[in-house]
Amino acid sequence: MTIASETHATADGPAAVVLHGVTVEYGQRVALDAIDLTIPTGSLVAVIGPNGAGKSTLLKTIADLIEPTAGTLEILGGPPGREAKRLAYVPQAELVDWGFPVTVGDIAMMGRVPLIGIARSPSEEDRRAVRDALETVGMAEHERRQIGALSGGQRRRVFLARALAAQPDLYLLDEPVTGVDATTEEDLMRVLEAEVGRGRTVVASTHDLAAAAHHFHEVILMNGRVVASGPASLLMDRELLRETYGGHVVVLPEGELTIIDDAHHHDDAPAGERHFHEGRR
Amino acid sequence: MNPLDLLLEPLQLGFMQRGLVAAILVGVVCAVMGAFVVLRGLAFIGDAVSHAAFPGLVIAFLLGIPLYIGGAVAAVATALAIGWVARKGRLRFDTAVGVLFAGMFALGIALFSSIDDYVADLFSYLLGNVLGITTGDIVQVAVLGAIVLAIVFVFRKEFLYASFDPAGAAASGLPVQWLDYLLLALIGVTIVVSIQTVGIILVVAMLVTPAATAELLVDRFWDLVRVAIVVAVFAAVVGLYLSYYLNIASGASIVLVETLCFAVALLVSPNAGSLSRRLGRQRS
Repeated sequence: MTIASETHATADGPAAVVLHGVTVEYGQRVALDAIDLTIPTGSLVAVIGPNGAGKSTLLKTIADLIEPTAGTLEILGGPPGREAKRLAYVPQAELVDWGFPVTVGDIAMMGRVPLIGIARSPSEEDRRAVRDALETVGMAEHERRQIGALSGGQRRRVFLARALAAQPDLYLLDEPVTGVDATTEEDLMRVLEAEVGRGRTVVASTHDLAAAAHHFHEVILMNGRVVASGPASLLMDRELLRETYGGHVVVLPEGELTIIDDAHHHDDAPAGERHFHEGRR
Repeated sequence: MNPLDLLLEPLQLGFMQRGLVAAILVGVVCAVMGAFVVLRGLAFIGDAVSHAAFPGLVIAFLLGIPLYIGGAVAAVATALAIGWVARKGRLRFDTAVGVLFAGMFALGIALFSSIDDYVADLFSYLLGNVLGITTGDIVQVAVLGAIVLAIVFVFRKEFLYASFDPAGAAASGLPVQWLDYLLLALIGVTIVVSIQTVGIILVVAMLVTPAATAELLVDRFWDLVRVAIVVAVFAAVVGLYLSYYLNIASGASIVLVETLCFAVALLVSPNAGSLSRRLGRQRS
């Protein structure tokens, strides 16, 4: 399936992400079932679906953090991992150890680490990129604060700054606006919109249908497989939503849809992935 | 006796001089690696690796090769095996570590019990005896310690990023799995280098306690490393003097001073100290 191929012609180079028959299995459970997907360069796309739909798994597979059981991927014109430095992945906030002794500035600088290279110290250019990124997300004055002292919205801003500092061509963001206030949501989405305006590609998962409909250009509706993908107006299609969310969609008398979905429940955490990183949380 | 003599008198003795140098060297290397151990939640692994070094020491002793080499091989192999089990295993991770650690230590005890004489040497590895250290030992500690610190310096940014957010680091192209194995191997080497100072049983304290103390006091990673080094050096010096004057085991003495530092930090810590919180409430 190709997203919005008319509005975003692939004239400006190859598609950012191409998946052919990508399947991911965790033991017996099939998290992604033969996904075919093309995301053109310059897309601002929301990945939508219930818990366990494989949203996080899809992002991790594109980021080369999970090896698919079957199928092929082409990311930024190469096999997964080859263009890793041109890609920024931001995990879900709840997977981050907020007690870790790092400051806002330290985290933004992490975005530069793969570009700086082993043994070297940050150059003036690296420091400028970090400063610019923190200013873009409105966190410049908090540069020296420890991350544990930040609000939920500020934490998402800092992680977006880390991604911006890497100056990537592809952003993979897992729930970037979940649980943040309206101002933060507006600010973060304006930043992503600007990045897309510069020809970068943004793929973000979200639980929030309203946010997806309001801020994103395209959507991918997922439920283990791709139910539908295309312009954000697909979210008006009640049948597609029912197909995506199964029995969890309630149609209110006014015709408004409500989705009963527990945003804190955790999907996509395979038992086999447990290792010593997770000792402290 | 005036106070200056109290400080200078032990330094007339060669074994105290060597012990002090060794304890400080080991303290510094342990403090740096300990920062990673504490933040990655690897304390239990540190304990496991130190116990797993034991059969390596005994085998080296039986074969007549340098004990350091046997210990280092066993410790690094166990550290890497733990990393491997963590990735591949279907067991709970701490279960796998517990099995490996007890099995290796039992092997060490079994081999150890077959030796009739010269047991004193090996006992010093269980309990540590920094005062029995030779100049040759100090050179080994210094060289291995310098190698460990140099590698940490080279990969300082990468280790920090991979420790804080392994997924983000891996996605942006850092070889996170390789960095994890390297970190475990460095922890293994650090432990073996430290065993002669404080012994197998207490070496985990040398790794964990200074860094844990520092974590209570500062909130940036490299500040944490610096404070941990200060705590470790302080504990090495004070611990050795106490050991001399009170006639207690040197390893235990150093670890007790570190533990005391931790207790004080817990009380005064701006983040976690109950004392500082109470004072803060009175002020506001």
